[in-house]
Amino acid sequence: MSRVLIVADHDGAQLGAGVARCITAAGRLGGVAIHVAVLAAPAAAMAQQVAALAGVAKVLVVERAENARPLAAVLAPQVAKLAAGYDYVLGPSNTFGKDLMPRVAALLGVGQVSDLMSVEGPHTFKRPIYAGNAIITVESPVGTTLVATIRTASFAAAAVGGSAAIEAAGTDAELPTHTRFVSLSAANNDRPDLQSAPRVVSGGRALGSADNFKLIYALADRIGAAVGASRAAVDAGYVPSDMQVGQTGKIIAPALYMAIGISGAIQHLTGIKDARTIVAINKDAEAPIFEVADVGLIGDLFKVVPELTAALGG
Amino acid sequence: MKILVGVKRVVDYNVRVRVKPDGSGVALEGVKMSINPFDEIALEEALRIRERGQASEVVAVAIGPDDVQAQLRSALAMGADRAILVKCDAAVEPRDVARTLLAVIRQEGIGLAILGKQAIDDDAGQTGQMLAALWERPQVSFASKVEIKDAVATVTREVDSGLETLEVDLPAVITSDLRLNEPRYIKLPDIMKAKKKPLAVTDLATLGVSLAPQFKVLKTEAPPQRSRGIMVKDVPELIAELKKRGVLS
Ligand SMILES: Cc1cc2nc3c(=O)[nH]c(=O)nc-3n(C[C@H](O)[C@H](O)[C@H](O)COP(=O)(O)OP(=O)(O)OC[C@H]3O[C@@H](n4cnc5c(N)ncnc54)[C@H](O)[C@@H]3O)c2cc1C
Ligand SMILES: Cc1cc2nc3c(=O)[nH]c(=O)nc-3n(C[C@H](O)[C@H](O)[C@H](O)COP(=O)(O)OP(=O)(O)OC[C@H]3O[C@@H](n4cnc5c(N)ncnc54)[C@H](O)[C@@H]3O)c2cc1C
Repeated sequence: MSRVLIVADHDGAQLGAGVARCITAAGRLGGVAIHVAVLAAPAAAMAQQVAALAGVAKVLVVERAENARPLAAVLAPQVAKLAAGYDYVLGPSNTFGKDLMPRVAALLGVGQVSDLMSVEGPHTFKRPIYAGNAIITVESPVGTTLVATIRTASFAAAAVGGSAAIEAAGTDAELPTHTRFVSLSAANNDRPDLQSAPRVVSGGRALGSADNFKLIYALADRIGAAVGASRAAVDAGYVPSDMQVGQTGKIIAPALYMAIGISGAIQHLTGIKDARTIVAINKDAEAPIFEVADVGLIGDLFKVVPELTAALGG
Repeated sequence: MKILVGVKRVVDYNVRVRVKPDGSGVALEGVKMSINPFDEIALEEALRIRERGQASEVVAVAIGPDDVQAQLRSALAMGADRAILVKCDAAVEPRDVARTLLAVIRQEGIGLAILGKQAIDDDAGQTGQMLAALWERPQVSFASKVEIKDAVATVTREVDSGLETLEVDLPAVITSDLRLNEPRYIKLPDIMKAKKKPLAVTDLATLGVSLAPQFKVLKTEAPPQRSRGIMVKDVPELIAELKKRGVLS
């Protein structure tokens, strides 16, 4: 039986949404024992959450003060030590995993498959290149540990319903002091998480100001949606950077995606390809977003959006 | 302090790439090539650090075939002091790019390496982190703000939950995110000046690196296409359609 080690993502306070998706991806490898490593401090609550996910055989907890913040330079040597004897070492393809996993791979002396989107066989995987405009099937060598980041939008989250054993694990890895955490300014809001929300409403450059973005928030709140944005809207300072959807932002797969005043540049479309239903509201009938939208409405957002929000009111 | 900047030649971001019908790759013949946009940002940041008097030299390094000299000339025109092409016609996986850059770093005595957070062709997003690991130095990926004081860099990075600030001891590797800066435009006189700047050509053997590729690409295919859906004429129709599809209740 092959052994899989998944590194659980967290931001120092909360368990991330990526680990549950990595578990599903790992399951596709077939006949594997899935262990999840939680490197955090405090780690107990996160470990409990992971242990409750279906499919997990064991949770390895490395709780030490240095792990309070997920610093790749600090976590990587520990993960590399834990990885001994595993056939696969996986992490989510979010900023946690993208930062950490290549460092782990390099320490293990192996390459990495980034954004793994499907498992074709124990050593064959698909991943997107060119902003998702092409998909390659790659073959990894047999007998070498495979390090990969999992494209979270391609896999459903593992269900709750497990009761894995939780084990304290330690490593004698030497930890560097050259990298120090200073601060995290979280864009704290009470809205649903962009990466896991079933509904997302996004606004683009057309909104014209941070103030006008209230229209997007109002609609999103009305339908319980998370809020996203195009790069142009982020660059213009209407919204914080963690709301960017696309090739270089977040890749999401909600059931409903509403693109409002967004033209539909390929880099943006990369982030929403797996959405079930895409709705576009744009005043330009020629906007490329309509080529991929399931439902399109040509109109001025400043008129359409308030009307839509009001109509969904009662 | 010398700064190394990675320069990768990629298909220009405005090009809509097409997959070859035989599944052997994407069609690159006659397609416009440019510096990876993230590398332009990396270079701009290196130039600003030098212009603040915090670096003595900016060295642009590319690994690739002879054609890449065009992109290195652009880097010199933007303001890099020197360029190095590590000639290699074969495919280079990120780990081998990192091993090669490390050999250059050691040879040149580099104090800071700035790479792109990802190359927009392969979208691997690995090279900087691997380089930092092999170099046994700090990494700050997805940087949106860099400040250097003495031998410490304070860097803000774009992470999923917001903006994180780290402090790292130099030497270090930084990878650029889109909002780190806006790269300057190249002016005509700069292009002329760049022709006189040094561009050294070396190869992997000279650097003592032998490639160790691990992955084989079996097939390249076009992604499943989403097809154009329907148009609705007003808000009531839109709501009716979304209810019909079960995405709104
Ligand atoms: C390397 C690289 C990476 C990138 N990564 C990303 C990424 O991750 N995500 C991303 O989004 N972009 C990314 N981009 C940028 C991308 O190419 C586009 O520039 C960006 O998506 C455009 O944003 P937009 O659609 O909001 O703006 P625009 O393209 O300006 O579109 C605005 C749209 O609003 C419509 N409009 C205007 N007024 C109204 C109105 N009153 N009512 C209704 N509609 C209106 C217009 O018809 C237009 O279609 C990247 C670019 C590069 C080079
Ligand atoms: C002729 C040819 C054919 C190839 N065919 C394949 C193939 O079929 N399959 C495949 O997987 N790969 C192939 N490659 C390798 C591939 O193009 C990438 O160079 C490699 O996978 C690195 O991935 P990335 O650029 O996405 O790395 P990333 O980690 O995304 O790059 C991040 C940063 O690293 C730096 N960097 C990366 N590459 C270079 C470089 N060459 N020179 C200088 N700095 C660099 C840049 O600063 C870049 O912004 C081929 C390469 C060549 C030259």
